[in-house]
Amino acid sequence: MATKIPLPLILLTIAVYIFLVGPLIIVLGASVSDTTYLTFPPQGLTLVWFERIFEIGAFRRTIVTSLQLAVLATALALIVGIPAAYALNRYRVRLPTWLSTVFVLPILVPEIVLGFSLLKSVAVGASLPIFPTLLIGHTLLVLPYAVRVISASLASFDFSIEEAAISLGSPPAKTFFTIVLPNVRSGVIAAFILAFITSINDVSTSLFLTGPGISTLPIQILAHVEQFFDPVIASVSVLLMLLTVAVMAIVERTLGLTFLTK
Amino acid sequence: MLKRHIGWWLALPATLLVALFLILPVAATIGSTFGEGGGPLAPYISFLSSGFRRTVLWRTLEISLATTAISLVLGFLTAYVVSRAPRNLKSLLIIAAVFPLLTGVVVRSFAWLIILGKNGILNNALMALGITSEPFAMLYTQGSVIVAMVYLFTPLMILTLVGVLENIPDDLIQASASLGASPGATFRQVVFPLAVPGLIVGAVLVFTGSFTSYATPQLLGGEKQMVMGTLMYQQAMVNFDWVSASTIATIMVVITIAIVLLMTRLAKRLNPMAT
Repeated sequence: MATKIPLPLILLTIAVYIFLVGPLIIVLGASVSDTTYLTFPPQGLTLVWFERIFEIGAFRRTIVTSLQLAVLATALALIVGIPAAYALNRYRVRLPTWLSTVFVLPILVPEIVLGFSLLKSVAVGASLPIFPTLLIGHTLLVLPYAVRVISASLASFDFSIEEAAISLGSPPAKTFFTIVLPNVRSGVIAAFILAFITSINDVSTSLFLTGPGISTLPIQILAHVEQFFDPVIASVSVLLMLLTVAVMAIVERTLGLTFLTK
Repeated sequence: MLKRHIGWWLALPATLLVALFLILPVAATIGSTFGEGGGPLAPYISFLSSGFRRTVLWRTLEISLATTAISLVLGFLTAYVVSRAPRNLKSLLIIAAVFPLLTGVVVRSFAWLIILGKNGILNNALMALGITSEPFAMLYTQGSVIVAMVYLFTPLMILTLVGVLENIPDDLIQASASLGASPGATFRQVVFPLAVPGLIVGAVLVFTGSFTSYATPQLLGGEKQMVMGTLMYQQAMVNFDWVSASTIATIMVVITIAIVLLMTRLAKRLNPMAT
């Protein structure tokens, strides 16, 4: 028997969901409108604004930069994050408790402060070029996802299976790749997806590390909105939403979306 | 030797990354505000003695508090319904909350530009309905920033709280009802106290997120509604006043960490499930 929910609460929930989904539908509508200004409902149907995205050089360049950054930062975060998550779970008793706090720091420090500090210390102070600095920033930004999500799946892994394999003569490294990693595959996928999406959408950390020479898509969108208020922005937004849909489809097929509420 | 410290070696690359590129640079930013002439606290005194900057600080706190309060109420009530919904509907509702969350801040803030603009959807609708003959100036007000921020953070609140509320056994709610409590009383006396730790976690996420945000106040508030994030950007990249920007950065870090520490302590104390 389910709990009875009062009608006003149900109505409020419906209103909240209209509030959550409505604005995104409006963006979708505005992106196919046959007008040169942003409007909703769409006045006619056209896909010309989607073509226009790729005609504008700044968008083409920033889309490429953003994808490169997201893939590289996610890969780097997984390469350093998986061993860290493994160590935190496998050698819990031998490591100090503060070590796990270190990997939460990138969440505690405001993103905008991280971006500014990297500009001062790394880009200007150590004169590192912009792209590597951006990459460092994004890697730090997504590292907590790698460590925490993979830690969560390692927490339910029974390390005695690993010990059994090692005691039967399997080398430790091989054991890790054939026994441990496949068992936390879903955690790795989840970490990858969350990290990728976080990097693609980041504004605050990238803000200080981009400029006329190199920029990311969200920063370019911000700059474009301030100059031209046209449906191209709506169509770029729809592209980003399609990316989200693709990501959600992958999550749904591999893990089920309810893991996000755990 | 290597074998005994293997745990350390495995965690080392990630630890180094955080130490070198997060702790050191942020410490340098904070440190740079203390070495200036005119006493160790000079940049802070100068920050607080400027009426404009005080206004920005208060405005940011106001917007963050309002955003936290509104999304807390909306998120909690919605999450309660979602957590008690039948399985299929629940998945659908969770997907509908995750989707906006995974859609970037810029896209979601931009949506409100289309809605709240002078020739925006809301103004067109109000004029079509004859409620007003002239468009309202809704953009670049504190209200528009708060609406867009509530929009950003409500899904986060729902997802945080659904997990917490799902863990409250249905039996407990049934028991309360069968002992004669009205649904309202059950909600207030059983569900709410058990959800308090989750509410605190959600509130911390939303408050710190909105206190340090940039894109939303920039798009919907502009110069008129300058907040700490946009002021910091202006100081650093327009005025090239890095000391002032670092001072703002330090204030943000201190407030964020203070709130997190305070609230986690409070959450621990208020957790009725804790043993």
